[in-house]
Amino acid sequence: MTQAPNPYLPAVGTITETIQETPTIKTFRVVLNSEEAMKNFTFHPGQVGQLSVFGTGESTFVINSPPTRMDYLQFSVMRAGEVTAKLHSLSAGDQVGVRAPLGNWFPYEELKGKDIVFVGGGIGMAPLRTLLLYMLDNRSDYGEISVLYGARSPQDMAFQYELPEWLERSDMNTVLTIDAAAEGWEHSVGLIPNVLLEMEPSPKNTVAITCGPPIMIKFTLQALQKLGFKDDQIITTLEKRMKCGVGICGRCNIGGSYVCVDGPVYTYEQLKALPNEL
Amino acid sequence: MADKFVATNELGSWLAALSDQYRTLVPRREGDAVVFQPFEESRPVELDARPTKSPKEAVFPQCEALLTFAYNKNPETPGRVEVAVTEKMGGAPTVVVGGRPCDASGFFTFDRVYDSERVKDLNYLHRREQTLFVSLVCEKPATTCFCNWVGGGPASANGSDALMIPVDGGYVLESLTDSGGKLLEGLSDASDVQTKQAQSVKSAAEEAMDKAPDLSAAQEQLLAHFDDAEFWEEQSGKCISCGTCTYLCPTCYCFNITDEQFGHEGVRLRTWDNCMSSLFTMEASGHNPRPTKAHRLKNRVGHKFSYYPSLHGGNIACCGCGRCIKSCPASVDIRAIVLNAIATPVSQPEG
Repeated sequence: MTQAPNPYLPAVGTITETIQETPTIKTFRVVLNSEEAMKNFTFHPGQVGQLSVFGTGESTFVINSPPTRMDYLQFSVMRAGEVTAKLHSLSAGDQVGVRAPLGNWFPYEELKGKDIVFVGGGIGMAPLRTLLLYMLDNRSDYGEISVLYGARSPQDMAFQYELPEWLERSDMNTVLTIDAAAEGWEHSVGLIPNVLLEMEPSPKNTVAITCGPPIMIKFTLQALQKLGFKDDQIITTLEKRMKCGVGICGRCNIGGSYVCVDGPVYTYEQLKALPNEL
Repeated sequence: MADKFVATNELGSWLAALSDQYRTLVPRREGDAVVFQPFEESRPVELDARPTKSPKEAVFPQCEALLTFAYNKNPETPGRVEVAVTEKMGGAPTVVVGGRPCDASGFFTFDRVYDSERVKDLNYLHRREQTLFVSLVCEKPATTCFCNWVGGGPASANGSDALMIPVDGGYVLESLTDSGGKLLEGLSDASDVQTKQAQSVKSAAEEAMDKAPDLSAAQEQLLAHFDDAEFWEEQSGKCISCGTCTYLCPTCYCFNITDEQFGHEGVRLRTWDNCMSSLFTMEASGHNPRPTKAHRLKNRVGHKFSYYPSLHGGNIACCGCGRCIKSCPASVDIRAIVLNAIATPVSQPEG
């Protein structure tokens, strides 16, 4: 009989803490029950995991804590369907299944020495967070770091517990924006692509990393191109319906590229070479 | 090993003997369909009509447990609910008798994906490693048959452990593997006349196939037509998204994973899925990358004849059994779609 790890067998973990980020986004900090498994767990920024509630099912989320901070694995979940609704009902002490890490990752080694512009919209900030924190934990390896994070309204802005630090740090430039003016909001107002054009980051030795809803990505790409970013200077991470997470079950493919194993991270150059089916 | 012979009226006793050692699946009539079921002495085996369903379920059940789980409380920590997870592996020694050569070769499409360097699907492999195929040579091709387009043939030995060749009064059995040879132990040797007849039946079967067209351009042409919405709307015009093609296909391997819970216990199931359904790729946000039947049929044909071959050494993810054509309620013909993609020049985008 074949001896190999069972790709469908999750590790059982315990939720140690939850954070209600926004009305629709809840964050879960998870520690694997096996101390050994937790100790030996390694991943790269941008990799995803299948988080499961036994009895309801599995869904794919990025591990949005960085590999430099291994006290727990953090997943931020937007309530959208059956599994995410069930996850939202869980609290500290509850048990979940974790199949991770899955997929590819941001090319954080190749990005050393470059300036980085993060452009995140809504829950799309989660996958960027893992790389941002990784870079902040290895700050001297990277050039200038800029973050543009946008949400519909102040209430829809996740990670509020660390945004003040991002804003204050002198070794990074953070811009927060919301779609329409709101009382008490002291930051930018306007759609992400427009604010990005105002920020006017230079494409020189710079890589832009973006994630967000499809419509935001579409216009952010246009803005980046207007600013002079070439296709290989733009990196994004994709959302697809996934089940197996190991390139078998057949639904997340774009032509011959399986987002669960060949992605979710792609340069815009790579995406343009694939069939047009996002 | 010398070829064996089993007379038509001895077939039942051979299958009964096999059933003592193996789960022995044979084609049998169930209503209007011919399906693979465990052999029963009281029920006739249907070896003349082509099986409506493929023997895919022998290795890849329509529904199987991947794991079970149970929630429980430890009296020492009453505030905490724990969950115990148990792996499930199905499978028992199995022989499929009376599938066709295309059916046996269909599993190669699975193997390249389920048994790759990257990942081993143990649930699949445990069944695959325990399943043998005694395949019946097809004497006459049906109008829907096209195994020779995709590397197969009506008497192909590829993927089978033994071949069963119809001759006067019964079947000549040719062993192809050691395991196949064991299945034939105890049968009498075929006579020279029978062996000779078997050889001519095989050659006649191969010759009865129409010449296969050249599909070497399919991989590139299907990709080239990717953005040609008009082409795909035309090709998928008759499709009703019922998914019959996917369920009957020996090489369709997509699946879904879902949980069922009863009280404090439950099971995580793997079930066949169907890429013709709009729900197959529907994301939680409501966005669907394949929102119309044109998108979905494009993916099905593209996967089989373009994307899969590009990833797996040119091998097409189709065994040419023709079930998708024969059982399609709307007469969609995958052969015609592939040939149309090859023959239709790619229109240049405007401007």
